[in-house]
This record gives sequence, structure tokens and C-alpha cells, in this order.
Amino acid sequence: MTAFSFSPSALLPIIVLLPLLGGILNGLFGKRFSRQTVYAIGSTTVLASFLLSVMVFQGLRGAMVTDPNAAFRFEAYHWIVAGNYSFDFAFLADQLSAVMLRVVTGVGFLVHLSTTSYMDDDPGIARYFAYLNLFVFSMLMLVLGKNLAMLFIGWEGVGACSYLLIGFWFKDMDKAEAGQKAFVVNRIGDIGFVVAIFLLLAYAGGSVDFDSLRAHFSDSARAIDHAPTITLICLLLFVGACGKSAQIPLYVWLPDAMAGPTPVSALIHAATMVTAGVYMIARMNFLFALSPHAMTVVMMVGALTAIFAASIGLVQNDIKKVLAYSTVSQLGFMVIAVGAGAFAAGIFHLFTHAFFKACLFLGAGAVIHGLHHEQDIRKMGGLKKKMPLVNATFLISCIAIAGLPPLAGFFSKDAILAETVALKPDAEKLAAYYEGGFKRQAFAEAGAAGGEAADMAKVAAAEQGIKKHYIESVEHLGIWRKVAFALGLCAALMTAFYMFRLYFLTFTGEYRGDHHTWDHAHDAPWPMGSALAILAALSVVGGWVGMPFAHGHYNFFYHWLEPVLARGKELVEGELAPSVEYGLMGLSVLVASIGVFIAWQLYGRGVSEVPARIATTFRPVYNALLNKYYVDEFYHAVVITPLRAVSRALFQVVDRVLVDLAMVRGPGYALVGLSHLGRLAQTGEVQAYLIGTVVGVAALAWYLI
Amino acid sequence: METTFAQTWLQFQSHGGFPLLTLLCALPTLFALVALMVPGEHGAVHKAISLGGSLLTLLVGVLVYQQFNLSSQTMQLADDFAWIPGIGARWTLAIDGLSLPLVLLTVCLTPIVFIGAWSAIDKRWKEFAIAMLILETGMLGSLLAVDMLVFYVFWEIMLIPMYLIIGIWGGRDRIYATVKFFLYTMFGSLLMLVAILYLYGKAGGSFSLLRLTQLHLSTPEQSWLFAAFALAFLIKVPVFPFHTWLPDAHTEAPTPGSVVLAGVMLKLGTYGLLRFAIPLFPAAMGKFSPLLLILAVIGIVFGALMAYMQTDVKRLVAYSSVSHLGFVMLGIVIFNEEALQGALLQGLNHGISTGALFLLVGFVYERRHTREISEFGGIAKRMPVYAAFFVFITMSSIALPLTNGFVGEFLIFGGSFKEGVHAAFVPPGGGMPWRTLVLGGTAVATLGIVLGAVYMLSMVRRVFFGPITKPENEGLADLTFRERALMSAFAVFVIWIGVMPGPFLKMSEATVHAMVAPSRPAILQVRAPIDYQRELKQAEAQAAR
Repeated sequence: MTAFSFSPSALLPIIVLLPLLGGILNGLFGKRFSRQTVYAIGSTTVLASFLLSVMVFQGLRGAMVTDPNAAFRFEAYHWIVAGNYSFDFAFLADQLSAVMLRVVTGVGFLVHLSTTSYMDDDPGIARYFAYLNLFVFSMLMLVLGKNLAMLFIGWEGVGACSYLLIGFWFKDMDKAEAGQKAFVVNRIGDIGFVVAIFLLLAYAGGSVDFDSLRAHFSDSARAIDHAPTITLICLLLFVGACGKSAQIPLYVWLPDAMAGPTPVSALIHAATMVTAGVYMIARMNFLFALSPHAMTVVMMVGALTAIFAASIGLVQNDIKKVLAYSTVSQLGFMVIAVGAGAFAAGIFHLFTHAFFKACLFLGAGAVIHGLHHEQDIRKMGGLKKKMPLVNATFLISCIAIAGLPPLAGFFSKDAILAETVALKPDAEKLAAYYEGGFKRQAFAEAGAAGGEAADMAKVAAAEQGIKKHYIESVEHLGIWRKVAFALGLCAALMTAFYMFRLYFLTFTGEYRGDHHTWDHAHDAPWPMGSALAILAALSVVGGWVGMPFAHGHYNFFYHWLEPVLARGKELVEGELAPSVEYGLMGLSVLVASIGVFIAWQLYGRGVSEVPARIATTFRPVYNALLNKYYVDEFYHAVVITPLRAVSRALFQVVDRVLVDLAMVRGPGYALVGLSHLGRLAQTGEVQAYLIGTVVGVAALAWYLI
Repeated sequence: METTFAQTWLQFQSHGGFPLLTLLCALPTLFALVALMVPGEHGAVHKAISLGGSLLTLLVGVLVYQQFNLSSQTMQLADDFAWIPGIGARWTLAIDGLSLPLVLLTVCLTPIVFIGAWSAIDKRWKEFAIAMLILETGMLGSLLAVDMLVFYVFWEIMLIPMYLIIGIWGGRDRIYATVKFFLYTMFGSLLMLVAILYLYGKAGGSFSLLRLTQLHLSTPEQSWLFAAFALAFLIKVPVFPFHTWLPDAHTEAPTPGSVVLAGVMLKLGTYGLLRFAIPLFPAAMGKFSPLLLILAVIGIVFGALMAYMQTDVKRLVAYSSVSHLGFVMLGIVIFNEEALQGALLQGLNHGISTGALFLLVGFVYERRHTREISEFGGIAKRMPVYAAFFVFITMSSIALPLTNGFVGEFLIFGGSFKEGVHAAFVPPGGGMPWRTLVLGGTAVATLGIVLGAVYMLSMVRRVFFGPITKPENEGLADLTFRERALMSAFAVFVIWIGVMPGPFLKMSEATVHAMVAPSRPAILQVRAPIDYQRELKQAEAQAAR
């Protein structure tokens, strides 16, 4: 790349700081700016970041010609240094970050652009753009962080910005509560994440730099060779991912996050924040791959989330709620992928999902804006005529998310399902990594059995036994892959169904709302329209970069990510025969088609009585789905109410009575009481004092003699 | 049997030059005398005198920072004179990385407090100025003293002005609160006085801290003396269950009193532990470590739950202090370099964020004369700038990365997990192993991270968001220029420490290193002998290299 007279490394801080600058300008002085100035500052800073990101990406491509493992690093300064611990303020743009960079800034810019038409009459526009820019800033910190501490800045930063954005219309208490819920639930996940960071710090010598961690965990002699410890750390990291990427049991914040302005949903649910967990696991692939047990947990949580959220999506009537549960479900797919060891497929789905989900949310925003803030799809219908552009882009995105070829979602979802069954951890290599740990355990066991320390044969036998047991336990995990595959396939069926149910109910048939609204309904204005068009186009072609047979066996997307994911790939191997691969592909298409077909049967051919009949027949099931399995109510009863009750009891009993009254004020009162007693003696009568003195002297004399 | 370790970091060399630290310490009192002599009718004159005096003190403080050698591992800038020769008492003031951050916090916070008091204190400005200036001398003296008697004198001097500030300018129940505060603190410090006199006798008539650390004390002696010292400091911090004076004192104190109380005075408790109790009685510290760890963790969680239950904003912030100081205590009990650095920084951070919160609560109290959460609601609409500052400081208080709170908490937890992960599995002679205790305790303490967000954000939501429900809140005026300027000063430090904590960590780095070197082995010998052997071997290996 001769276009660069300087290293692209220097661009990294600029990419991050531009949105921050925009956020600060709009946040501090936005009230004095005109609306256009606010738009301009907010959007151009992100656009500039996007253009610079493209330069970084191209620069990386160029650099990879000479060095396939090339990456750009920028170390600004030592951020925190204390004792043995040291964290740099540093950025890293490798192949994974470069992909994320483009998605975050690209989709982020389109969201900024379309916001200008969605929020055109809101007086708080400067504040809104400030938050939006800060959000992009946090997300960029997250994907460009060179170590876990830097990543954590962005990780908590997006949580804080989502708190502000979801509660943007703070005059409405429900929205403020939704914002708070997002923050608190994310914080619960963050605990797991930070504890994992602390454990890694303690074990891996005081640095959580990705480069050094990768080196550490490629060599068991340098890091941890104790399998349960690694599993624990992975699971803790995954708790964090559950919070950010909205997995069971921490997904509850995401549907409520719909309280924010719709473009915010497009940003949070497509390009930023929710992808953070998947990104982090892919980034830490060298660690996760060492623990097939933790990976299996990850995969199964993803599979359960995928089907659980999809089933809720089947019956929701709020256009944004359907999309929200669809996001949770799609994130489930990504988590299945990273849990199955298909790290590249997970990132691939993240990449394609960003386009079609952003397109869907912006389209929903256009519908809601066009219908004067109507969100109930039962009061929509026939919008095709009023909003041709929105209709077309929405339809394309629906096909993409349903997983029909040759649109983007097909390639990525198919890759996930296929690799879930194809891959398997390399138990021999893992056993080799853990050899030291097995040896220690064998020594301990042989010692405990009363054998002599010098009896090496016994120890060796014990070690063999432990190793065999470990390999067997890894191999037994294989069955779960089939379960995850089956669940994923069901979820894919549901996805195709509920997305087309949404499409048909919104855009086709007869309009079911009031006529005043219909008369004023309008298509998306140009900024939003162009964003929709670009995103729809990307939903079509976005998947082609990862086409499995595009150039023989050469898959550009996978090949691109290879340097970052190499270690993960080394430990999780497997390939499908082409015939099986084609078969699975056909199965995917078939399942998606069935889903679309059922949706068309029920909702696409005018008013049908069938859905209502089904709902009545399976009333309990329907109610459970409609009420989201009563999970919020469950959490309220099991977590929030007891927390309040315990706090109140502790306050009234322990703090007020046991500590303050009994321990502090009690002795004081007792002292006052005693002095009252003492006062009784001070009568002022000389005779009484005299009697006292005589008695006293007599007693003393008696005692002394 | 027990090896003793020389506390060389407490050594000092009298520089013989201009007594800068004495000047720093005396300056506020000099201005208090000036204020005393100026007739009392003119509030403006006394405002000028007090602000001028505190700003001059700040200037001297900056001078001290300039003279301070960041890489020195001993006490610096010592003033050492004979004071009361008859009893062998010397006037010894010196400074190191332990006291420097708190000294700077004190001299910075005092002028801020005077500006904040501009309208918050509406009667007897003259007396207020005198009390506050004498209080500053008391705090600076306590921080600079390296002679037990000098320390004790200043420690007690602090009490009286604070007693008056709460008792005269406080709220409705001020007398109850201030008497409780006074008696409670007095009770703790009297026991400490007894312990000091015992040591004085043992040392053959010296109050010098360095001299006292060289005494050979039996284990029961150490335990009793440590208990007496620690009680005084734990009450001051305050550590659960000695905390109940704090919510009362904070709630009834006028805004400036609360700011100083939270900002500096609480930290004198943790400072006292580090400066006196631990180096004097390290073995006892080892023995009491499990108990103190448990109390710290209880404080973190319990304080947070109590804060969640409060209906008065100020009382909520007061209980949040119990939780935050629990983190600081955790770092101190762990006693490795990482956790200690975190604890020291977190002390500073708490001064900044809680000081700012008390000022913010004061602003709205001046407007509405109430602090009940239920009296507010939706006021972000009327006071957007105020709301922005409040949310910002809240983020600092709940330790969002890139704010100051994060750096401190991160290091405390990082250090604690390091201690736990590397501690031995096997308990020495039965009982719960230190490893289990540290890992379990720290894991429980992480709950504080979530609970902090819960109680702070719930309060923010109920005060600022939603519709305006009370007509009284419709006419609320946003912050004035003076108030914005004050808050901006806090905001600068929140971001500065969060983004570039280097200079702040650097202040105490050398001292912490030098302090851990003798005290940690002495503590470990008692609380985790296996770890002591391991670290000894590591140190030897390092020395050999």
C-alpha cells in the first residue's frame, strides 16, 4: 500500500477520539448550536472514523502481503501501574478488530444519518447526538483495546451509554427504569468479567495484554495447566458475555431497551454493544478452546437462548418487541458458533446480522415515525402502498434473516449449523497441554494412596488414568453438539416464521388502523431512505465474502480472520464431506422455506382465523409466550423483592436496633441511668452524709483489723 | 522466634532549613486568629479572610508538592525541634507518599468548602471561618505528625471544631448527632491515649514513632495495643459495626461539614492504621487480618444495602461512604502493593466523589430545604446542568472506567485476587485457610459493584427522572455560575485520575514499596506462614539475581 506515507497505527487513536470529540462538542455546547450543526458534528465525526477505518483495513491488507500475521499497534502511555500490575492505554488493530471497526463505524454512521430524520422534532437533539457519539466511542474502545482492561473501558462504557440512551426520554418513568435495568443487568455480567480479568492477572503475571495472554496460554508451562481453573475463568468471562450479548439468564434488559428511540435500537442491537460478548469470546479463542467443557456450556446457553427468544418472538404484537427477541435469538446463534469452536462463523454471522438487523430496526423506525408512533402491528397492514422503499428494504432484510440463499443470513447461519456438527475438540492436543497438571494430580493421588514418592511407576499409571479420563470426558461432550444443532434448526424455522409474520402483518393486506394516521403516513425521508438502501444492499451481498465455495475451497472471510483465530482452530478441528455440507445447506433452506410458507398461509393471504384458533386451543402455551414465560415476574419475585425485604430487615433490626441501640446508645443510656442512681445519694442532708461516713469508717476499720 | 523488620521508611532527616511543613500546618490557624480579631459584623470580610487563608495554604501545599521527592523511600521535609523537653516530646512533622495525597486533598478541599459555604452558611460566618480553619490545621497536623504526642494533640484538635460545626450550623437533630459523634470518637481515642502512654513508658520516655517501632513487644502486648489503636481508627473510618455515628453526623452537619468529614476526616482512620497501627504492631495486624477482612466485606455489602433503604439523599450518601470505605479497608487488610496503592487512591477518590455529592445535595437543599427523595422527581427537566453533574459524579461513585473510582477499585480487587490466588491451600494448624477467606471475601465484596449501581441509580431515577410531581419543583433554578465552577473543578479531577492516574499513583508508589517491604513479611508470618516462606524464597531468588 503505497498510499500511506505514515503507519496506519497512528490512525487508531484518531478513529477512537473523533466520536468522543463530537460527543463532547455536542454535549457541552450543543444547546447553542443549530440543529444542522448538531447533525453535522455528530455524523461527520463518525463518517470520518469510518473512512479512517477503511484505510486501516486496506493498510492491513497491504501489510499482510509481507507478513500474514500483521497487526497495527499503538501504545499511548502506561495507564495504570502499581506493584506488578501494569495496564497500557493502547490500541490493537488486527484482522478481527479491523472487521469490527468497519461494522461499528459504518453501521454507526448510517444510524446517525437516519436519526436526523427520525428525531427531527425533538428538543433534546444535541444531548441525543452527544450520547450517540459517546456510544460509538465506547464501542471503538472495546474493539480496539489492546488488553482486557482497555476492552473493559468500552465494555462498561457502552453499558453507561445505553443507560443514557434508553432513558433518553427520561420524563417517562418506564423509560428511565428500562435504562437503569440495562445498566444493572449488564453490571451483574460485568462482575463475572472483572473477576475473570483479576484471575487472569494473578495467574498470567500481571498483564492482560492480548498478545501476551495468547503467548501465555499457548504454553502450559507459563500459564495455568489446571483444567478446572481455565474452565472457571472461561465461564466467568462468559457471564460477562451473557450480560452484553443478552443470553439466558441476563437477556432481560434487551427487550426493555426498546424504550429508547428506535435508531438507538438499531445501533445497540445491530452493530454495537450486543456484539461485544461474541467479539470478546472470539478474541479470547486461545483460552476458550482450552476448555471444551466451558465451550459446551457456552454453546448450550446459546442454543437455548436462540430457541427460547425465537419462541417468544412468535406471538409478540409490538413491531420493536419482535425485532428485540429476534436479536436475542440471533445472538444465540452467534454464541452457539463461538461455543462450538466455529469462531469465524460466529463473527461472520455478527457481520451479516449487523446489516440486516440495522436495516430492520431503521425500517421499523420509519414505520413508527410514519404512523405517528404506532408500534402495534395489529393496527398496521398494507403499508406497502404508502412506503414502497421501506417495504422493499424490509422484505430483503427478512429474507436475509430467514436464511434464504443467496442473501447474507443464509451463508452465516448455515455455516454455524454445519460447523456445530462438524467440529470437535482435539482431545489429544488438549491433554498434551494439561500434562503438567495431570502429573501433579497423579503425584498427589499416589501420595495420598500411601505409595512411596519414588514409586514412579504408580505415578505414571495414575497419570495415564487421569489423562484417559480427561480425554473420555471431552469426547462425551460430542452429543451436545447434536442437541445444539437440533435446537438451532428449530430456532431457524421459527425465525423464518415470525419475521414473515411481521412482514405480512405490517406491509401487506388491508390497513387496520385509523384513517387519519393512514392519510399522513409517508415513506422514509432521504437520509433514512439512503441508509435503508445501503443496508439492504449489504444484506444481499454481505454474505458473499464468506461463501464457502466462492473460489474452490477458499473462503475470504475465514482466511482473513485466520491469524487471530489460529490457536482456536488448532485445538478444535473437523471438516465435513462436501456431500454432507450440501445436504445441511439444503436442510437449512428447506426449514427456512417451511417457516416462510406457514407465515404466508396464516398471515399473507388476507385475514385468517387460524392464528386466533391456534391461540385459543393452546391457551396456556400462548399466554406463556405472550408474557415472555413470566421471566421478569420471576426475577422480581426471586431477586428484587427479597433484596428489598432483606435490606429493610437488616436496616431496622441490625443497623437500628442491634448496632445503634444495643451497642452504641445503650451503654450511653445505661450510664445516664447510673448517674441518676448516683444522684439519689446527693441529697444535701449533712446528717445523711455523716451517717454514711461513720458506716464507711466502721466498715474500713473492720476490714483492716 | 519472630524476626523483626526495621521500619526504615519512617526514618527522616531534619533538613534544618525553613520549616515548611510547620508553616503549612500553622497557616490556617494564623488566619483564624486574624478572623478572630476582625470585628464580626462584616460577613464579607470573613469570607475574604477565610478564602484567602485557605488559598494561601493551598499555595504552600503546592510548594510542598514541588519540594517532594517522588522516588524517596523515607520521610521527607522533616521539621524536628525540641518541644516539651521535660517529657521528651519533640515537635516532629514530616511527609511521605502516604500523607502527601491526603495533604493535597485537604488543602484543595478547604477553599472549595469555603466557596461552597458562601450561601450554605447563613449565620455566624466569622465563627464558622475560625472553626473551619482550625479544623484544617488539625487535619494537616494529624497527617504530618510522626511523633505520637503531636499526632494525638492534633487528632483531638480536629474534634472540637467539627463538634461545633455540626452543633451550631447543623440541621434539626444537630445536638444529638454532634454529641454522638463527639463521645464516640472520644471514646476510641482515649483508649489510644492509654496505649500511647504505655508505649511511652516502654520506650523510656519517647514519643518518636520510629523509636516506638523498634520496641520489642510480646504477642499479647501487641494485640492489646493494636486493639486500642485500631479501635480509634476503625471508629473514624468507620468500619462496621462502628459506623452508626456517621449517618447521623453527616445528615445533620451543614454541607461544608459533610464535605470535610467525608473528604478528609474519614480517611484519617485508614491513614492512622497505615501510619501507626500496622508498623507498630505488624504481628497483631497479621493476627487480626481475618477479622478485619470480614468486617471490611460486611461493610461493603451492608453499607450498600443500607444505602438502598434510605429515603434521605444525604443519609444515602453517608451509608454509601460506609460501603466505599469498606473497599479501602479491604485493600489495607490485603496489604500487597497493588491493593495498597488502590486503597490509597480510593481514599482520594472517595474524597472527590463523595465530597462532590455532598455539595450537590447541598445545592438542592438550599433551594428546597428538604432532602427527602420523595419530595423530588423529574427535576432533570428544570435543572439540566445540575442533573448532568449529578449523573456524572454518580458514574464516578459507581466506578465507571475512565473515572477515578474505577482505578482504585480495580487495583484493590486486583490485589485481593492476587493475594488469594497465590496463598497456600493448607491452613496452618487448622481453621479456615487465608486463601479461602480472601477469595471468598473478595468474591462477596464484588457484589458491592452491582449494589452500588442499584442504590445510586435508583436514587438518581427517583430524584431526576419521571414527571414532575410536586408543584414546588416547577420553579427550581438551575446551578449558578459559582456552583458550576465548583463542580467543574471536581469533574476535572474525576476524569484526570480516571484517564491518567499515573501522577497520583506515583505520589505514593515509593512509600508503599518501602512500607510493604518490612511490614508484609511481619504480617504474613502470623497470618499465613506458608506464604511467608514462599515469598521469602522468592525475595531471596530475586536478590540472588
